[in-house]
Amino acid sequence: MTDPPFPTTTPNADSTDPSTGIGSDTRSSNNGLLIELTDLRKTYHMGTQQVHALAGVDLQLGRGEFWAILGASGSGKSTMLNVLGCLDRPTSGTYRLEGQDVAELDDDALSEFRLRHLGFIFQSFNLIPQLTVRENIELPLYYLGWEAERSAEHAGVLADQVGLGDRLDHRPSELSGGQQQRVAVARALANDPPVLLADEPTGNLDSSTSGQIMALLDELNQRGKTIIMVTHERDIAAHAQHRLHMRDGIIDRIERDV
Amino acid sequence: MQSSKLYRMLRLGVKSLLLHKLRSGLTMLGVVFGVGAVVAMLAVGEGASRKALAEIKALGSNNIMLTSKQNADDQAASGSRSMVKSYGLFYDDERRIRETFNAVERTVPTKDIRKNTFFGERSAELRIVGTTPDWFELVPRDVIAGRVMLDRDLRSSANICVLTESGARKLLAASRVIGESVRVGPDLYEVIGIVRNVTATGGGRTPDSEVDAYIPINVAKERYSDLMIRRASGSFQAEKVELHRILVAVKNTDHVESVAAGIERMMTHFHPDGDYDVFVPLAVLRAARAQANIWKWTLFSIAAISLLVGGIGIMNIMLASVTERTREIGIRRAIGAKKNQIIAQFLVETVVLSATGGFIGTLVGPAIALIITFMSGIDTVVPLYSILLAVGISMAIGIVFGLYPAVRAANLDPIVALRHD
Repeated sequence: MTDPPFPTTTPNADSTDPSTGIGSDTRSSNNGLLIELTDLRKTYHMGTQQVHALAGVDLQLGRGEFWAILGASGSGKSTMLNVLGCLDRPTSGTYRLEGQDVAELDDDALSEFRLRHLGFIFQSFNLIPQLTVRENIELPLYYLGWEAERSAEHAGVLADQVGLGDRLDHRPSELSGGQQQRVAVARALANDPPVLLADEPTGNLDSSTSGQIMALLDELNQRGKTIIMVTHERDIAAHAQHRLHMRDGIIDRIERDV
Repeated sequence: MQSSKLYRMLRLGVKSLLLHKLRSGLTMLGVVFGVGAVVAMLAVGEGASRKALAEIKALGSNNIMLTSKQNADDQAASGSRSMVKSYGLFYDDERRIRETFNAVERTVPTKDIRKNTFFGERSAELRIVGTTPDWFELVPRDVIAGRVMLDRDLRSSANICVLTESGARKLLAASRVIGESVRVGPDLYEVIGIVRNVTATGGGRTPDSEVDAYIPINVAKERYSDLMIRRASGSFQAEKVELHRILVAVKNTDHVESVAAGIERMMTHFHPDGDYDVFVPLAVLRAARAQANIWKWTLFSIAAISLLVGGIGIMNIMLASVTERTREIGIRRAIGAKKNQIIAQFLVETVVLSATGGFIGTLVGPAIALIITFMSGIDTVVPLYSILLAVGISMAIGIVFGLYPAVRAANLDPIVALRHD
C-alpha cells in the first residue's frame, strides 16, 4: 500500500499516531462479512393503512465494498439507509453490523454505536451553521471525549485532506456547495468509522463538483472504507461496484462489477 | 478532563447565546428584575423586621413587667362612693417574687408621682418615678450627661434626681442643669444626670416611655404617701397604691415564660381581684417577629412571581430555540450524541442565561433597595442569605424551566429532525 493520502486516527485505540492512514485499518484488508440483513422489514402505519417500506430484505455486505442503492422514490431506499445508519429500527428481522445485532442496543448504546462505526454524508450537507468548519469537523471527536487541543489538531489534518485547510475558521455559509460537502466528508471521517453512509451526496451539486466528491469517495473506498450510497443517478451509481435496485420495499436486482 | 469538558460545554452554551444577543439579553432581563425584586423586597422586609426587633429589644427581652391596675368594677363603684380605693402591687409582692424564683436576677419596684416641678423660671408637671439603681440595669439607656442613680444614693436617701430627655426638655434644662437643683413641691433635688428615654414603639410602651425624672424609691415613699388624690370632673378621688410597677429581670431568656407563668399564678392567689397586669415583652417580641416574618415572606412571594414570569420567559425562548435548531439536534444525534448530551447542551444554555441574570439581579436588587430607602425613608437591609437565595433560585429556575425544552430536544426523532428545515 502506498502513502495514504488521508491520514487519520483510530479514536478507539489510544496509542494510534494521528498520521496513520486509513489504509492501515486492519479490518479493511479482511474482506469478511461486515453487514448482514435477514428478512428485514419496516412497516409504517398511516392511519388505518400499513405501508411496507421494507418488505423482507436479505443482504450481506463485505468489508471494504462500495454499494449504491437505487430506486424510485417510495421504493424503500431511504428507509433502508436509515435502518443501516441505526437511526431507525426495523419492525422485524435482524440487522448485524460487525456481528452486533443492532436490535439489542438501547438508545444510548445505539448512539455510541453510530459514533464509533458510522459516518454520515447527507444530500444537504447538514453542517451546523453557527459552528466553524473546524468545529463542525470536530463534532464526533467532541462526543468521543477527545481533548480540545488534540481534536482541533486532528480536524486541521482532515480539512487539509479534503483541500480546505485554509478555511478552518470559516462558517459553512461562506463556502460553496462542493466545499460544504467536503467539510461533511471530513466530519464523517473524523471518528474513523468503518462504514460511510451517503444519502444522495451529489444531489445538491453541479456535475463538476459532483465529480470531485465522487473522486473523494472512490479514494476513500480504495483506502478501505465501506461505503453505502443512496442515489437515483445512474452515472453516480456507476462509481460503486455493487448496485442494488429496490422496488416496493424489496430488492429488485443487484448489479455487480466483477 | 472532566473540568475541561464542562468548560467546553459552557463555552458552547455562551457562544450560541451570543448568537442572538438581543434575544438572550431580553430573556435575561426577566430574571434580572425577578431576582432584583426578590432581593429588594427581602431587603425591605428585613429592614422592617430589624427595626421592629430593635424597638422591642428596648423593652428588655429578659424582663417581665407587673403593673398596678384599677379593677374595672372598682372604678365604676368609686364614682358613686367617695372613699379611698386601695389597689395594686405591694412591696410584699416584690419581695415574694424575688425570693420565690431562682431564675429571677433582680426586681425593681417603682412608684409613680406627678408633681409640679420648678427649675429657674420654668415649671412643669413632671411624671416622677421612685425606683432603685437596678432600674438603670434593666432599662439600659444612653446617659446624655452626668450619671445615673447609684446604691449609695439609695442608702443615704439622697435628694437627687435623674432627668430623662423628655423631662429635661419640659424644664428647658440643658446639660448645664447637672449639679443644679430642681424643686418638686417644697423639696429640692440635685440633678445628677440626664438619660435618654425610649418612648412608645411599634410593639408597645417601653417602661420609661412616660417618665420625666427618677428619684430614689425610699425618698419617694417617705415624702409622698401611698395615698394619691386625683381630681376628676369636679369630684375628688383618692387612691392608695403602694407600688405602680414591678420590673422583674430573669437571668436566662429561656426561663422568661415559665417565670411569667409562675408570677401569674402567685399573683392570682394574692390578688384575686386582678388589680394587676403582667406584661412579657418577650411574648410581644415573638409575636412581632412572627408578624415581620409574615410580611417579609409575603413581599418575597410577590417578588417571586416576577421571577416565575422570568422563568417562563426562558422556557418560551428555549422552546423557540429548540424548534429553530431541530436540524442541528438531528445532526448531533446522527453523529452519535446521546440524549443526555443533548439535554445537557440545552440545560447549560438556560442555566448560563438564568445564572447570569441572577448575578446581575443581585446587583440590581440592592440598588432598588437603596432607591426605596432614598425615596420613602423605609429602612432596608440586604442580608447575605437573600443574595444566596436569589442566586440559588435563579439557577433552579434555569434548570426547571430549561428541562422541558431540553428533554423535548433530546426526544426528537433524529430522522424527522434531519428533514426539518
